[in-house]
Amino acid sequence: MIEVHKDNFDQEVLQADGLTVVDFWGPKCEKCLALMPDFYRIAEQYAGEAKFCKLDTSGNRRLAIAQKVLGLPVIAFYRGGEKIAELGPSECSAESIEAKVKELI
Amino acid sequence: MTDLWDIIIVGGGPGGLAAAMYGARSKQKTLLIEKGKTGGQAATTWDMENYPGFAKGTTGPGLMQAFTDHATSFGAEIVRGEVVDVTADDKIVTLKDGTKYHGRTLIFAPGAVPRTLGVKGESALRGKGVSYCATCDADFFTDLDIVVLGNGDAAIEEGSYLTKFANSVTVVVIHDEGVLDAAPMLQERAFRNPKMKFVWNSTLQEIRGDGIVEGVVLHNVKTNELTEMETNGVFIYVGTIPQTGFLQGKVNLDERGYIITNEQMETNVDGVFGIGDARVTYLRQVITAAADGAIAAVAAEKYIIEEEGFKESVLAEERPVAVVFWTPMSNRCLEMMPNIESALTVFGDKVKTWKLDTYRNRRVASRYGVTQNPTIVFFHRGQVAARLVDAEITAEAINTTLVALVN
Repeated sequence: MIEVHKDNFDQEVLQADGLTVVDFWGPKCEKCLALMPDFYRIAEQYAGEAKFCKLDTSGNRRLAIAQKVLGLPVIAFYRGGEKIAELGPSECSAESIEAKVKELI
Repeated sequence: MTDLWDIIIVGGGPGGLAAAMYGARSKQKTLLIEKGKTGGQAATTWDMENYPGFAKGTTGPGLMQAFTDHATSFGAEIVRGEVVDVTADDKIVTLKDGTKYHGRTLIFAPGAVPRTLGVKGESALRGKGVSYCATCDADFFTDLDIVVLGNGDAAIEEGSYLTKFANSVTVVVIHDEGVLDAAPMLQERAFRNPKMKFVWNSTLQEIRGDGIVEGVVLHNVKTNELTEMETNGVFIYVGTIPQTGFLQGKVNLDERGYIITNEQMETNVDGVFGIGDARVTYLRQVITAAADGAIAAVAAEKYIIEEEGFKESVLAEERPVAVVFWTPMSNRCLEMMPNIESALTVFGDKVKTWKLDTYRNRRVASRYGVTQNPTIVFFHRGQVAARLVDAEITAEAINTTLVALVN
């Protein structure tokens, strides 16, 4: 799992080849913390087919807002420097994340 | 499905966790099923100021972690999973992944979730500036201007919390100027807060924005006037709805979906309990949920002793059973008991005697129509075969009844 932040987001996410999945989370977001083990499991399962990153929004507020993330948790899917899909606070679940990964790889 | 749990609790908020702690502490084999992280809604409130003994500085997530540790320290087991089906009579719950758990009793503590308002833009902009959780999302709005809709305890408390981050917090209130539903202490604090502003007699008509929230349309309910207002975020606190969809048709719910219980937290189904925010109740706080949990766990334990004990010792017994309903608080019972016991011992192993304190076993006593102490109800192969009430109880009558049954 790659930790992305304001200094490496461009390089690791926007300039990456193939599908990159970013878990926007925060230490005060209980739902984010609950989802984290599932995200790790999915990341392991699909390791060869997509790149998985997590972004702690508490230290990267401006970056998150620039990515139009103003509520947690959000799982965003990037390809070719563009955000191609997103699961918001009401849509994030182990099932929905895995389904979206399968759909996009 | 090999394990039989004494108590299965569905939902890991403060109510469920308190029930788990009480259950496990009194040596009941206790399982708690939670679909996410334990703590429930309490874990989404940062400032926790009203749990007795835990003053300023206590956080919702911190207190809930302590509740969780307390429950597991006594041996309660916590598993992660979402309950999708319930067979209330058989005390079986089924998880989304098909796993089934079987209990002697069930305690439902599913809690509630924030109610959505249902205005244009609300669902499209969720996570884009529309939020129901200040603790989760407050950071994003540092130095920005935001709107809070609602005026109950949650709206005013969370609005105050948001002023620690935001440049300004405008509270949209449907009532006349100066009128809030929140507790007086919260009101005073809010009115003194220089970062909190109020718009009265109004509600939201629409939330606007291209990708992220840019503004709201306010609707004045007195004049019907519509006003646009720029804002970066909207926090909505307009009550909660119980998460009882999976209980529909399984236990009695009221017309809004809250679980109907009595003071012992019992639902209409024997051995099935409902607690916390999802229950029809006067107050929905951490302390009331925890109290519900304590009551339900004790009631569940009592149910197990009373019902299961009766089932195993009386109904499943091959020999005839003389169940003596009595209470040590009645002098008449105390006088008659020696004679009853000696009349029964004549039959030795051929007859089983089972004494039941009617005060402690009201449920069983009332099921068999026992209204007087003492009463002897004779059971044979799970069925009532005969009964003797009060003055009818003589050594001769006991003898005649049992001779007929033993042969």
